[in-house]
Amino acid sequence: MTAMPKWADAVLVPLISLLIAFVISGLVILAIGENPMEAMRIMVSGALGSTYGWGYTLYYATNFIFTGLAVSVAFHAGLFNIGGEGQAGVGGLGVALACLYIPWPHWSLALAAALVASAVFGAAWAAIPAWLQAKRGSHIVITTIMFNFIASALLVYVLVNILRPTGSMDASSARFAEHLRLPRLNEILALVGIPFNNRNPANISFLLGLVACVAVWVLMWRTRLGYELRAFGKSEKAAVYAGISPVKITMAAMLISGALAGMMAVNTVMGEAQRLILNSVEGAGFIGIAVALMGRSHPFGVLLAALLFGFLYQGGAELALWTKIPRELIVVIQALVILFTGALDNMVRRPVETLFLMARKGR
Amino acid sequence: MDFATLIQILDSTVRLATPLLFACLAGLFSERAGVFDIGLEGKMLAAAFLSGAVAAVTGNVWLGMFAGIGASLLMAAIHGLASITFRGNQLISGVAINFLAAGLTVLLGQNWFGLGGRTPALTSGGRFEPIILPFAEAMAPVPVLGPIYSELISGHSFPVYLAWAMVPATAWLLYRTRFGLRLRAVGENPAAVDTAGVSVTAIRYAAVAICGVLCGLAGAYLATGLAAGFGKDMTAGRGFIALAALIFAKWRPWYALGACLLFGFLEAVGNRFPNIDLGLIVLPAQFMQALPYILTVVILAGFVGKAIPPRAGGEPYVKER
Repeated sequence: MTAMPKWADAVLVPLISLLIAFVISGLVILAIGENPMEAMRIMVSGALGSTYGWGYTLYYATNFIFTGLAVSVAFHAGLFNIGGEGQAGVGGLGVALACLYIPWPHWSLALAAALVASAVFGAAWAAIPAWLQAKRGSHIVITTIMFNFIASALLVYVLVNILRPTGSMDASSARFAEHLRLPRLNEILALVGIPFNNRNPANISFLLGLVACVAVWVLMWRTRLGYELRAFGKSEKAAVYAGISPVKITMAAMLISGALAGMMAVNTVMGEAQRLILNSVEGAGFIGIAVALMGRSHPFGVLLAALLFGFLYQGGAELALWTKIPRELIVVIQALVILFTGALDNMVRRPVETLFLMARKGR
Repeated sequence: MDFATLIQILDSTVRLATPLLFACLAGLFSERAGVFDIGLEGKMLAAAFLSGAVAAVTGNVWLGMFAGIGASLLMAAIHGLASITFRGNQLISGVAINFLAAGLTVLLGQNWFGLGGRTPALTSGGRFEPIILPFAEAMAPVPVLGPIYSELISGHSFPVYLAWAMVPATAWLLYRTRFGLRLRAVGENPAAVDTAGVSVTAIRYAAVAICGVLCGLAGAYLATGLAAGFGKDMTAGRGFIALAALIFAKWRPWYALGACLLFGFLEAVGNRFPNIDLGLIVLPAQFMQALPYILTVVILAGFVGKAIPPRAGGEPYVKER
């Protein structure tokens, strides 16, 4: 017998966890002598009070949609892909190579190529840990952590020694051709007559993120592979008994996961910086973990959680601008969200379950 | 490369290996008891921050060290609560602890000192002073043995010697005491320990607490021994290198010493010679930085002797009813 109705499991428990995380964050703000209410007001007005703020919120959210989906797909197969950071970084290398070395006539072709390149590069970076897990039983969490560090060393090397234009002191690639600039969200919205601020990096990648959400939903709940992934994640033994190959599923889950993480780079590298810079991922790969946990690994939940973290990111930047609270407050909130929705899930869940059981008995 | 350079590199190896060794032994206690810990980094960072802060304010390095251990123990308590009491995912808890430490240290550091997350630079009393061993001065002129004794063995600070002493201590505790036997058993087959009437929860909490103390020492040495004060994100992945060393050492104390010295040596060589010219190819500095991680992946892949983790690692223990 399940103790709780489905809605409580999917909505109530994460919301309570989020509330606890926010209350503790408020106490932290109080402890450093600032006003939590005022901080919240600045964050809301900074991130959601103007289309400028919305632009940044959606730009950050786009990153988190991709990395959140990446972690979710692996979660469904019972794998913890902590390597989104490295996969997204290497995906960025794919985007840069596709945009720099092929003279595309139009941005739409370049976008398609960049998508494919980022997905292939990201998937390739996930492939080695996946293969080691599937064939050699090496723990995927440890190998993906190691691959994050290897990726960051590799990217520094490639940027400094290969992609950096001669004479430039900056460890970054050359700028992509101007006509490869992706359409910004304000240009797209202008087509349907909605005015939107034009000084923010939100671009067409946000729409791609929405498409990715739908695609992952179709994959997970409407295809045979998705069914096999979920079955494998629920019970490896039962899945093997049903004729599902562990090697195939581990590889498939991690390749899809790596590809999704890699595609994040289209937003940052092609959509915003228009060149590959050092540390272009900026921790978004790790935020994907919080987003996936918060969104209960469901694409719709991931979308909402990504928007929430996009809001926190932009709000946090405004907070750092207007108050003495540094941006790292967001890292604390992120940690608390991971802690309460992930590791301390049972602490929140058990009392709620007990309440539901009591209510049922009383009836 | 002459003898003096070699001594300098080895000297620097010993110092750089010290925080790794503390953190590696910390992870060893935790993981041998069946609690995975990828939050070594966060615990070290929290300890480095608080020890740097307290040492700067009080001017007393020992107070700083104990404060650092306290900070690390607090993080360990969260990890224990999540992974032992509430049977949560130990890996996710570790990730959360790493971010908590990364965020809180800068948040509090900026609030307390206003130096962008740094703590004020430590003066003499706030740092661990080098300990000159007896006869170091007198031995110095002796060829070969002299420099080895006076520069390589003598002249390190207290945590360095403590870290080395922790290796036989850990080996003794794990393999020669009842507590050690139980700790290892909890990591392999907790149900058997439970059947024998020993509390799995208590042993695991003890292991997590020891892990906290050792990570605290690692962090305190970083901020008050290696450097003169805490800097934002100063652990810089050392917690993960320690984790790599732990796997490299196959969860054994003496091997841990070897692995940490190897990784410390790689860092020392990388610091001294950014690019290594091998004649045919030049090894870039980034390769040296990535080498510990690459080696760990190779070991994990089982091509060079398989690393088998404790069998009950990562599994919360649920008592039979």
